[in-house]
Amino acid sequence: MTIQLLAFYAAAAVAIVGAMGVVLVPNVVVAGILLLATLLAIAGVFLVVFAEFLALTQVLIYGGAVTIVTLFAIMLTRTGELRVHLDNRQKPLAALVALGAFVLLSAAFLASEIPTRAAATSVATVGSAGGSTGFEYLGEALFTRWAVPFEIASLVLLVALIGAVILTRNGTPRDRA
Amino acid sequence: MGAHDLWLLSPQLAMAALACTALVVDLATGRSKLVLWLSLIGLVIPAALSIALWAANPADTLVFFGAASVDRFSLFFTLLFTGVAAAVIVSAEKYASRFQEQRGEFVGLILASTTGMMLLASANELITIYVSLELTALPVAALLAFLREDRSAEAGMKFLILSGVSSALLLYGLVFIFGFTGTTRLDEIFARIGDLQASGGFDSTVPFGSYGLLLGIALAISGFAFKLAAAPFQMWVPDAYEGGPTPVVAFLSVASKAAGFAVVLRILYSAFGSPELAVEWSALFAVLAVVTMTLGNLMALPQKNVKRLLGYSTISQAGFMLIGLAAVSANTSAGSLVAGPQSVVFYLAGYAFTNLAVFLGVIAITNRTNDNTIAGFAGMGRRAPVTALLLAIGLISLLGLPPTVGFMSKIFVFNAAVNSGLAWLALAGVLNSVISAYYYLRVIRAMYMEAPTSDERITLDPSLGVATGIAAFGAVLFGVAPWFLLRAAEIAVRSLSGVAGS
Repeated sequence: MTIQLLAFYAAAAVAIVGAMGVVLVPNVVVAGILLLATLLAIAGVFLVVFAEFLALTQVLIYGGAVTIVTLFAIMLTRTGELRVHLDNRQKPLAALVALGAFVLLSAAFLASEIPTRAAATSVATVGSAGGSTGFEYLGEALFTRWAVPFEIASLVLLVALIGAVILTRNGTPRDRA
Repeated sequence: MGAHDLWLLSPQLAMAALACTALVVDLATGRSKLVLWLSLIGLVIPAALSIALWAANPADTLVFFGAASVDRFSLFFTLLFTGVAAAVIVSAEKYASRFQEQRGEFVGLILASTTGMMLLASANELITIYVSLELTALPVAALLAFLREDRSAEAGMKFLILSGVSSALLLYGLVFIFGFTGTTRLDEIFARIGDLQASGGFDSTVPFGSYGLLLGIALAISGFAFKLAAAPFQMWVPDAYEGGPTPVVAFLSVASKAAGFAVVLRILYSAFGSPELAVEWSALFAVLAVVTMTLGNLMALPQKNVKRLLGYSTISQAGFMLIGLAAVSANTSAGSLVAGPQSVVFYLAGYAFTNLAVFLGVIAITNRTNDNTIAGFAGMGRRAPVTALLLAIGLISLLGLPPTVGFMSKIFVFNAAVNSGLAWLALAGVLNSVISAYYYLRVIRAMYMEAPTSDERITLDPSLGVATGIAAFGAVLFGVAPWFLLRAAEIAVRSLSGVAGS
């Protein structure tokens, strides 16, 4: 238990320091790489609570795809102009709001008794339902209990695809004439 | 799980299939008129299935492990959305000539968004609610940018970003609710909260009994307030309304709002319907209602653009509907008061007829004049007598004068508020109605009292004329004889689990 707790604190510390770096570092490329560190640390937190599938997808999708796309986007845009807009006079205000949200959230966490038993059972069922591993359980759950949201998500992706194609398609030559 | 689930979900499945069919037919033939009329005829299928399900009234309404609940409440809204989608598609027949090549996709996206709304009205589980909400919002963001002008692109972009922000708030709230109750199903959340209350897990000095739940519900309501166009999440409305294509704006203001209220009603009553919690969120909505009404009305006063005016009008109308949400039976000792949610459902249906009459009338006129300012409507009483009359009926109903459905809606909402001990809220509503008279009547005055800018007559297209006529007729019919609609709203609300008396 203590090793688990230690691992959790280590991963959480990396995540928090990385997240603060993302906001505070003036260089956007460095910020992008710090974002990668944060996301990987969160994958570590998932591992600590035995959500190996979640950890794996976190590394693949957020650590891999999303960070790469972000870095590409940064490199393809003119970052020199962007830096001017990164900091403005609202920075103290933003810090104040962030601090307020932090205080509010931690107060809520500390003051309310989150029923650990209910949460614990649901995590346990994910880990070992009927002796199956997390992967098998996830696959099964996705196509039985969560079939409806899963199918709706496919519709959402279809719509996003169509919307993106329509909006980025330039007018046909006939339109321009 | 099996055939019964598919039968229950058949209206939603039919609508999704129709959306895909519209896209495929457009791709294969490229004839947008064909797509438009095919979709319009196809809308009969989900409508017929909804009516059949309403009549059958199956005892087991839960679908696929409780992901959705197809009760009469959801079927009421399913029918409403189908009707609104039909009207919007008809209104786009001529308007779509501005979309250049993408008319088929326009219909497909409207139908996809309608599918999302139908799912949203039935969703009984937090993840399904979130995914359906995204399916509702994403097509609208694309549709708002359809005109390929700067204003239209701005409207789409603002909607997309603010929709993302509100989704983030909503998701954060849902996480707290899940963390607190250990389940995502609304009926199980209700049971879990009941257990906690019985075992003394609630602190009566804290709003909602616990800070975790307080934070969860507050964040979730903030996320939904964006959908409802309620203050303080109304900033996107005027810009989106002014820049977006008018048929899309009509869809947004009628169907999107109804979907938002449907899911909020279901969450509040099915998950947080216990009297102790109801008192808390009732107070929250009472404040939101006053702020939303007043803000929308005051901002509407100086507007010169009709679409922007209607944007602020939609905000203030949302405020009136919120009064109905605040009217809960827990405020009184009566115990079995369904007037609050019933008045909201009635208001939404009446508002659909009313606002469609207004928007279709505006589309019929601006299709020819291409002028969205109030001054551009001068003398329309002479230039387009029929359209101006239908538009005037819609505006009078928005204002809430007899003999229109808007009058009845306000009567029922105010009545519900008074009966649940919120007389001050009803009074605020009446005062706001008076303020709103100024800007609604200004459009009517321009149409009938001011001299026309040209003598050219504006004829009404047959299909658009029929759709506008039906909407205006409904606005008057349910104002004179509201009983049928009122009864349907009551049946719908009573089928919602957690509403007193069910």
